[in-house]
Amino acid sequence: MDLLNALVAFLNFVVIPAASYGAQLAVGALGVTLIFGILRFSNFAWGDTMAFGTMVVILFTWLFQSLGISIAPLPTALLALPFAILITSALLLGTDRVVYRFYRKQKAKPIILVIVSAGVMFVMNGLVRIIIGTEEQNFADGGRFLISAGDFKAWTGLAEGLAIKGTTAVTLVTALLTMAALFWFLQKTRTGKSMRAFSDNEDLALLSGINPDRVVQVTWVIAAALAVIAGTLYGLDKSFRPFIYFSLLLPIFAAAVVGGLGSPMGAVAGGFVVAFSEIVVTYAWKKVITYVVPQAWAPDSLMQLLSTDYKFAVSFSILIIVLLFMPNGLFNKGK
Amino acid sequence: MNTRAIYLFAGVGILYVLTGVLLSWNVSLNILILGLLSAIMALGVNMQWGYAGLFSTGIVGSIALGGLAVVFVSGNPVPEAFAAGGWQAISGLAVAVAGIAAAVAAWTYMSPGRARNLAVAVILIGGFFLYRGIFDPAVERIEAFDPATHGNVGGFGLNSIWAWPVGGVFAAVAAWAIGKIALGLREDYLAIATLGIAEIVITAIKSEDWMSRGVKNLVGLPRPWPVPYEVDMQADPGFLAFCANWGLNPTTTSTLAVKGIYIVMFAIVLGLLIWLLQRALNSPWGRMMRAIRDNEVSAAAMGKDVKRQHLIIFILGSAVVGMSGAMYVSMLGQLVPGEYTPLRFTFLIWIMVIVGGSGNNWGSVLGGLLVGWLWLIVDNAGPLIMGAATAGMADGALKSHLVDVAPQLRLLTLGVALLLVLRFSPRGLLPEK
Repeated sequence: MDLLNALVAFLNFVVIPAASYGAQLAVGALGVTLIFGILRFSNFAWGDTMAFGTMVVILFTWLFQSLGISIAPLPTALLALPFAILITSALLLGTDRVVYRFYRKQKAKPIILVIVSAGVMFVMNGLVRIIIGTEEQNFADGGRFLISAGDFKAWTGLAEGLAIKGTTAVTLVTALLTMAALFWFLQKTRTGKSMRAFSDNEDLALLSGINPDRVVQVTWVIAAALAVIAGTLYGLDKSFRPFIYFSLLLPIFAAAVVGGLGSPMGAVAGGFVVAFSEIVVTYAWKKVITYVVPQAWAPDSLMQLLSTDYKFAVSFSILIIVLLFMPNGLFNKGK
Repeated sequence: MNTRAIYLFAGVGILYVLTGVLLSWNVSLNILILGLLSAIMALGVNMQWGYAGLFSTGIVGSIALGGLAVVFVSGNPVPEAFAAGGWQAISGLAVAVAGIAAAVAAWTYMSPGRARNLAVAVILIGGFFLYRGIFDPAVERIEAFDPATHGNVGGFGLNSIWAWPVGGVFAAVAAWAIGKIALGLREDYLAIATLGIAEIVITAIKSEDWMSRGVKNLVGLPRPWPVPYEVDMQADPGFLAFCANWGLNPTTTSTLAVKGIYIVMFAIVLGLLIWLLQRALNSPWGRMMRAIRDNEVSAAAMGKDVKRQHLIIFILGSAVVGMSGAMYVSMLGQLVPGEYTPLRFTFLIWIMVIVGGSGNNWGSVLGGLLVGWLWLIVDNAGPLIMGAATAGMADGALKSHLVDVAPQLRLLTLGVALLLVLRFSPRGLLPEK
């Protein structure tokens, strides 16, 4: 019984939160890795692109709520996604046309593009703060819990509850569908194949008649969709604050680098690696351990390896270890 | 200095004078103080980027470490707290450093293979638990002492001007560690890695209460020599007589005088730095750095140790930035960890360097003074301007929202300014010769 309780506590406090956080990071990292693969730079504006997309989702959610449109028990934000993707795509395509294209034609060094993306970051950050302000916004509506801790305890008679939030389920399903759609697109469609070809070898792709402008445009549209989805899932699960999205850059970059920049499969794996490590290292294991070990050995301290404040230190350490020992990432051995 | 530079500096000077005349001299001098500090930070960043082409996004970390130096050097001693766990905390940290050093040594000197991996893992994991075992109880005791006003280990209580070089050293040590790891990787990996290390430094300053009282803020840090306190000046009969003699208001005069002293001090530091840097830039060493920046491969072929030179310039640049961070905190008299955001203290400094002119020291100074003015004037004039702009609108949610978000306009403006400079004048306002 105690082992079962330990397992439930482990699932409830480690596996489920990490899976949902991992899915959010994975979708975000897919965007970073795609932009890196096709446009060949690390996009520092990515966190703020996510914030922008989420902001549009929030605005549409408010609109739908005021019109009385809802898709309960699902959150209204899901209904707003397509509209936000449309607007964010327009923004990214516009940014590419006005800003990035010039440097691409010049074949500027990647580091120049990184600095340019920092400028774009400022602009997007300013836009978000001007339009929606800096305060925290909660926009999750719809069903709160799929399974509540109380119900679970009543069904099973265990001391530990297992709660699955509505947003967790929404995150996992949406992220899974997004990844499936993206991989289908990259593997099966003509455009997707041309994108992969372009990412693998630009010159060869150009020789075989692939239109680079089209590849770049498609990339931005997909990136916009990924930014909106990742940002919205994160915002539904936690809450929306513009500056939090900027600091998501680090775990997302870590996820993309762990998997190998440019490798979509790696980005997904990297997202989960980072999320699980972050939560395993910062979780207070006292409860789980108390269930498993005999009474006399029960720990006094929290049994926490690192305080949750340092969760970024975990993504950072993973990043550094990978950069030092496997610079091409876990999934890019061939290169 | 050519005519273009003189015109531009004169233009920036006019901005400050106009601020003084139209708003108040107090505001203008305040902005000038921070502008001078920004100029020093920009000089440090320019050493890394302009001389060596290293893109670091960890500037805010160096600045915060510099600020932390003031806490240790000038913070009030808390002997009770130190007695409770000071030495034990220090030995805990020493164990951590020794553990990492041992792991690095094992990695370097053992032959590759399973034994080496195992040894490194055992050292790191064992060292971590040993460190936590020694460190945690000490911290608990330190933080238990009078948490309402202390709860920190205290400092040496020295004059905070001593903290300036120490701040530079703190930042330099951190830069050495991160440089050892991240230099030599691809350039955008350096950017990502430094972003991470800065985030960790800020987190530590925010949450390690034993060190800096964390988000409770450490207040009451002394001013650097020879800056007096306004209240003391106003109580000084000589000063009062002087004011009465010239018909001045003692309150205003004392605040302006204090600001003036800061400006002179910071200007002296800035001047010394520029002098040193200009000499360095025109020396054989400066030529070598530019050669490395412009073509690493050929510089390496000429026998220059590119990685080592990168490490040196990275450390020196970070030290300058760290010193300015210490100057900033010693002037404020308090360490406010919440202030250290990457936007304000990393990317804003970058905008200064690039707008001013990468690779040109005077450009960085110009960028610091100009962009610093733009950034800070919004705090003072932004609500006024937005208030005037929305005066004709009906009172309501939109109007109050617009007035509330007025300060955010600067992010947008500066972002656009950076993009425009990069696009149309990538060498900045004062290009490198």
